[in-house]
Amino acid sequence: MTVLIDLILLAMLVITAFRIIYIKDLFSVVMLFGIYSFLCAALFVTLDAVDVAFTEASVGAGISTVLMLSTIAITGRKEKLSLHSHTFATLIVLLTGGALIYGTFDMPLFGLADNPVHEHVAPRYIETSPTEIGLPNMVTSVLASYRGFDTFGETVVVFAAAIGVFSLLGVRGKPTELLAQEQGLTQHKVLRVVAKISIPLIILFALYVQFHGDFGPGGGFQAGVIAAAAFILYALTFSLRKAVGVVSPRFVKYLAPVGVLLYASVGLVSMLNGANFLDYNVLAADPVDGQHYGIIIIELGVGITVFSVMLGIFYAFAGQVEKANVQ
Amino acid sequence: MSLIFEHFNHWVVVILMMIGLYIVITANNLVKKVVGLNIFQSAVFLMYITMGKVVGGTAPILAEGVTQYSNPLPHVLILTAIVVGVATTAVGLSLVLRIKSAYGTIEENEFQNKEDVI
Amino acid sequence: MFEQHLAVLPVLLPLIAAPLVVLINKPRAAWLLSTLFVGACVYISFGLVSATMDGGALRYALGGWEPPWGIEMRVDSANAFVLLTVSVIATLVLLFAKESIASEVAHKQLPLFYSAYLLCLAGLSGILITGDAFNLFVFLEISSLATYTLVSLAADRRCLTAAFRYLVMGTIGATFILIGVGMLYMKTGTLNMLDLAERIQAVESHRTINTGLAFIMVGVSIKLALFPLHMWLPAAYSFAPSAVTAFLAGTATKVAIYVMLRFVFTIFGAGYVFEQMNMEIIVLVLALAGIFQCSFVATTQSNIKTLLAYSSVAQVGYIILGVSLVSLTGLTASLLHIFNHALMKAALFMAVGAVFYRMGSVQIIAFQGLGRRMPWTMSAFTIAGLSIIGVPLTVGFISKWYLVTAALEQGNWLVAFLVLVASLFAVVYIGKVIEAAYFKEPSEDADATKIKEVPVSMLIPMWLLVLANIYFGIDTSLTVSAATAGAEALLNGSSLVGGVQ
Repeated sequence: MTVLIDLILLAMLVITAFRIIYIKDLFSVVMLFGIYSFLCAALFVTLDAVDVAFTEASVGAGISTVLMLSTIAITGRKEKLSLHSHTFATLIVLLTGGALIYGTFDMPLFGLADNPVHEHVAPRYIETSPTEIGLPNMVTSVLASYRGFDTFGETVVVFAAAIGVFSLLGVRGKPTELLAQEQGLTQHKVLRVVAKISIPLIILFALYVQFHGDFGPGGGFQAGVIAAAAFILYALTFSLRKAVGVVSPRFVKYLAPVGVLLYASVGLVSMLNGANFLDYNVLAADPVDGQHYGIIIIELGVGITVFSVMLGIFYAFAGQVEKANVQ
Repeated sequence: MSLIFEHFNHWVVVILMMIGLYIVITANNLVKKVVGLNIFQSAVFLMYITMGKVVGGTAPILAEGVTQYSNPLPHVLILTAIVVGVATTAVGLSLVLRIKSAYGTIEENEFQNKEDVI
Repeated sequence: MFEQHLAVLPVLLPLIAAPLVVLINKPRAAWLLSTLFVGACVYISFGLVSATMDGGALRYALGGWEPPWGIEMRVDSANAFVLLTVSVIATLVLLFAKESIASEVAHKQLPLFYSAYLLCLAGLSGILITGDAFNLFVFLEISSLATYTLVSLAADRRCLTAAFRYLVMGTIGATFILIGVGMLYMKTGTLNMLDLAERIQAVESHRTINTGLAFIMVGVSIKLALFPLHMWLPAAYSFAPSAVTAFLAGTATKVAIYVMLRFVFTIFGAGYVFEQMNMEIIVLVLALAGIFQCSFVATTQSNIKTLLAYSSVAQVGYIILGVSLVSLTGLTASLLHIFNHALMKAALFMAVGAVFYRMGSVQIIAFQGLGRRMPWTMSAFTIAGLSIIGVPLTVGFISKWYLVTAALEQGNWLVAFLVLVASLFAVVYIGKVIEAAYFKEPSEDADATKIKEVPVSMLIPMWLLVLANIYFGIDTSLTVSAATAGAEALLNGSSLVGGVQ
């Protein structure tokens, strides 16, 4: 049964991606991309990657799509005729594809339990992490502890994106009064009522995802994105000005580095205790407790940075849309 | 037949990569280029997740009575890669917005005409 | 305690400084903090070079998890040497940047600039010292994202399109590397470099590994601007702020070259890449083609930053040429040229940045008559230029000497001859600028009274580099022994080691 779902989803993915090549209307392109992301997320679920599916849905189908929509709101929704040489592109693509197909003939077959990836390194994560780290969610254990340095790097990547966006588009300043009133979908009563009810629930859900990531799917990254989404929804339905009044762009800009520093500080505390960077074992008398404390704090750091960066990026883009509307 | 079936995921991944790459190269509009990059990257994510799957296994969250779990490591790697992807998208789109305000267009052939040859 | 963490500090210090700089949000304080942290990285890199000189390696298990389950930092004499190059250039460019960047980037953006600069350095250091193939990808993306930001901060609008193109190419390159690493992982189940090296040997059928190798090589070649995948580089270097160009020219492509060396020698093994796959022929041809084509294009440029950018692609060709000879001398020449070329190009781009600071232009016409008006800047340009050409008593000569020796060692007269012929192009493009500066009258619309030498704070780092160009051109004991140790460390990790010694 899962195999059948798998096949159907894969076929839909190919169809969606293929359509995007020929569509010149960017709004449709972005919408199809949202669908593509969502199909990916569904496929990840069938492939047992629930954490990844969660992230793909909130990032690909969520944040990325919102950013793309804000961009085409300014740049226009029609792609003009391309003058690129399609023969050249086809050649490159066929060459790459050919190499990849050649590579696949030797690839371990799909889903076998004795494939190399399942026999080396991973068994330890599956067999001993529940006792070593003390968490049922192995993805969280690997992410936050065994490969905690990657996740630190990932947090820094998010921070680097913020630096890029802020320096390119500016941290949004004061909104222009006149425009702020036109902003938003304020005239849609149903939307406003639904949003009013759902925003607190979304934030509550974000907190649940933040602190429950050790046991079920989720963690700091997903929580940060969801919390940011709540504010983005607020900005979209009630006006940017009100959202900025609740959480100001300046605050967001200063909050982003705090998360990174919080993450790093856990590592520094390990160092002060005589262990290596990010060694959580020394954070408490019992190593398993230490792991738990360490993971909670670094997940919080990730959550803070991701929340503030996602919201900050949205503010920066929305500020541009506003500026374009004035002109 | 079994060969086709067992490599089906891999081949679809390859096709998706090729479509993504094709869009990146041929798109004239910069937003569409970014969409192409995202499709290309997502296909790679799919490749990693595919290799982590064990048929008959479950999601790698400890549960009673389960003996076979899928591999958590590719999931962790791809979580990181997705974040990297969205970070690149955000910076790329910011550049697109600035190009729009500097050149008045985001169609590649149009702003190329406006650029002095370097 | 300090000793214990030596191997992780070069990446940790800038990573911690970057968010701090944003929190401080004052340009002067941000600059001071960055300089202190980056200066500390130089000190640490010296420590690492001397600690690994005897051929040993420092290993540091992040999180206390032993590899391959956890991520490790692994420093041997090869990456310690490149790390030293990167951190020295980063410090000197920061000193130069204080005035230079303040004149090119908006005042309130300066803290963001310094933060991006630190992130870029952290990313580059991370790529250098990590012992984990996926961790390398993460740091690659940190440095890339920061680089796109840095390039896009210039006032010229063309920096935006240059940055966008760089972003597209860079992302494709990084994704190719991700595909390649995925294929290796698929066949071996591990991501740790040493563990990968061991387990690749045991893989019986090679198709997937070959494909992985091809994707990694193409991805890295984009990043290091190997001909013909270099097209993003000239635009990015031409339109980025001056200090950024000086920094990138000295570091970014060098680090990418190191990545190629690490994959080829440590992970796949030279025997596999060169003897079984015969990659050295492809690489050799591309390197030579790049040297000639880009040197030629450089001679036709009137924008001096573009000219030097094309020269950089040609110089990358020399470095790769040394690798393709697959010998201890060839590899030593490559590592030596990574260091030496960083010294020359950073000095040259600083000099051009100084001209831009006063003239507001980097067209050749702006250089006319500057020999008298900006004597310190132009003499720095001249000496560093002579070094690019490869005149004796400069580091450029030492690089070429080792490269030619390596070629002759294998009886490859043709390659040795071509290397020398290619130097003639450098005579032309460097000569062009020197001629304008010393033998032409200033163009009429230039306001002669305004043009004077740049502030001392810009001249000092520039001249430190120039003096290094001369010093290491005369006393080579330090650089050559470090480069030889690095080359040995790389070759020791590969199956070719018996054949070489």
